[in-house]
Amino acid sequence: MNNRIIELFKKKDKEVLNIYFTAGFPAIEDTTRILKALEKSGADMVELGIPYSDPLADGPTIQESGAQALDNGMTIKKLFEQLEGIREEVSLPIMFMGYINPIMQYGIENFCKKAGELGIDGLILPDLPFHEYNTMYKKVFEENNISNIFLVTPQTSEERLKVIDESSEGFIYVVSTNSTTGNADKKIDDNTAYFERIQNANLSNPTLIGFNIKDNETFTNASKYSNGAIIGSAFIKAIENSTDLEGDIDKFVKSVKG
Amino acid sequence: MKYSVDEHGYYGQFGGAYIPEMLHPNVEELKNAYLEIMNEPGFKAEFEDLLRDYVGRPTPLYFAKRLSEKYNTKIYLKREDLNHTGAHKINNTLGQILLAKRLGKKRIIAETGAGQHGVATATVCALMGMDCIVYMGAIDMERQKPNVERMRIMGAEVRPATSGSKTLKDATNEAIRDWINNPVDTHYIIGSVVGPHPYPDMVARFQAIISEEIKWQLKGLTGRENPDHVIACVGGGSNAAGAFYHFLDNEDVNLIAVEAAGLGVNTDKSAATTYLGTPGVLHASRSLLMQTEDGQVVEPYSISAGLDYPGIGPMHAHLFESGRGSFFSATDDEAYEAGIRVSRLEGIIPALETAHAFAVLEQIEFKPDDIVVINLSGRGDKDLQTYIDRGDY
Ligand SMILES: Cc1ncc(COP(=O)(O)O)c(C=O)c1O
Repeated sequence: MNNRIIELFKKKDKEVLNIYFTAGFPAIEDTTRILKALEKSGADMVELGIPYSDPLADGPTIQESGAQALDNGMTIKKLFEQLEGIREEVSLPIMFMGYINPIMQYGIENFCKKAGELGIDGLILPDLPFHEYNTMYKKVFEENNISNIFLVTPQTSEERLKVIDESSEGFIYVVSTNSTTGNADKKIDDNTAYFERIQNANLSNPTLIGFNIKDNETFTNASKYSNGAIIGSAFIKAIENSTDLEGDIDKFVKSVKG
Repeated sequence: MKYSVDEHGYYGQFGGAYIPEMLHPNVEELKNAYLEIMNEPGFKAEFEDLLRDYVGRPTPLYFAKRLSEKYNTKIYLKREDLNHTGAHKINNTLGQILLAKRLGKKRIIAETGAGQHGVATATVCALMGMDCIVYMGAIDMERQKPNVERMRIMGAEVRPATSGSKTLKDATNEAIRDWINNPVDTHYIIGSVVGPHPYPDMVARFQAIISEEIKWQLKGLTGRENPDHVIACVGGGSNAAGAFYHFLDNEDVNLIAVEAAGLGVNTDKSAATTYLGTPGVLHASRSLLMQTEDGQVVEPYSISAGLDYPGIGPMHAHLFESGRGSFFSATDDEAYEAGIRVSRLEGIIPALETAHAFAVLEQIEFKPDDIVVINLSGRGDKDLQTYIDRGDY
């Protein structure tokens, strides 16, 4: 089986919409329901968050969704159970986004093996250092056909960008501003020079812009400088009090795509 | 040096820099600059002058006669409680703010639990005229009101951490998030030997003044440079790191670290990390930490807010694993009783953190000729209300 992330970008290289949501939120059994609804409503890709007690890169909205998911009883084991057979129903590329500690406790090798078996295509672990990945974990990611997605930021040097591009397979996650997720004070329009720098860097991987993308305007704008964008906090807000999950998801995705 | 950090930032299997990419440039800048700056003659001179004239160093090494008689051994107290602001914390905050100035930073952030590190940070920010924001768990702000006001009087802004359990761990998360949002002009002064490399090594080096002084002071008092035992309490481990530093490679010196057992290591209210913890990553370094089977960080408990932390620094995890350090723990009750005992015998009311170090005198029998140095990391003024609430003195 080819990696679905790589296949997707072969077919579509503009306005790719990647939606983040937290597994086990709002209710523990919503994980697969949301996955199916996202596919049906026309999202291109999904980033499935694994909740963690101390999510350093996240702002309040995603933090709170994670805390609620943990309260709901979400664990990695539970998530793997929920995803059993998911590939019979959902064909979107799916990535896990999480923090290294819970995955270390599960065992990184076992985690990658299980994720590979379930048909997961990529992993985003913001606190897994580049050096540790390259020396210790790269092989097991590759053996299980899992792309490791790296982040770059406005502060990432030219030189490091090149190195990250060489180690990446799938896409590069372009963090829109110096920010945690969902920070309303940060405007992505202030960073066009940075986006242009990335766009003109001749990277071998596609790019998606994420952090503080929230609606059709910011999505379209970000997509001008990249192959598409990632929405997290705004989606969480759209579903957190939903009484009609499928309906609200459809409305949200359609409104973003315009 | 066998027990110091290696070129990748590890102590054995512990350490490293598990940071999100957003912090990479900051941590890299610090990593490339800290040793060079710390070795500049101009930096050294300014740091030494301020340690002497502002902090009040060297702090005395004092032979505790009555305590020695009670335990039938030779006990010396390293009086970090006599530093300005009442604890060892200022050795580190002063060093880091001088470093931040040389890196061209304009804004300082810090986390604090009991408020001691926050006060020490607010103090040096006032001294240097820099903006200061201290994150403190909303629950700790309630519990430690006088320290909140001390920080505010000196011009710091104290921001409540309202996420998670609203204590030290969450204040640290908030400070790291602030740094992610303000990477260019801000320096983060971490309060212990925790966090991503180079913090554990940098903080240990700033605190190493403690054991540097112990060596020459002990030589003057006893003719011997090296004690038989050094005892210190461990929250994150900065006062212990400073007290152990110059003895690490001398295996004849027994290094005794004391953690907070809270209500007991067999209860779910404890902070004895080496006893209850397993390897994992917290606050960007791999160390021992208290966590569930699923890798979620567990809320610790101790009577002493400064020891109420679910991890320990990677250097200490390595000392524990390698057997170089001897790790003990003391319960709330044992620490409280030790605090009262030291007050009665020596006229010194120790901080409740420090009281844990004294509690092991009840657990270990030293030889009459042994030289035992106890690091008296801080004074008990800030804990008066807790002493009063217990009230059976
Ligand atoms: C007096 C005193 N001792 C010890 C500690 C514990 O910290 P560390 O283990 O970093 O020395 C604190 C922390 O607040 C403290 O105030």
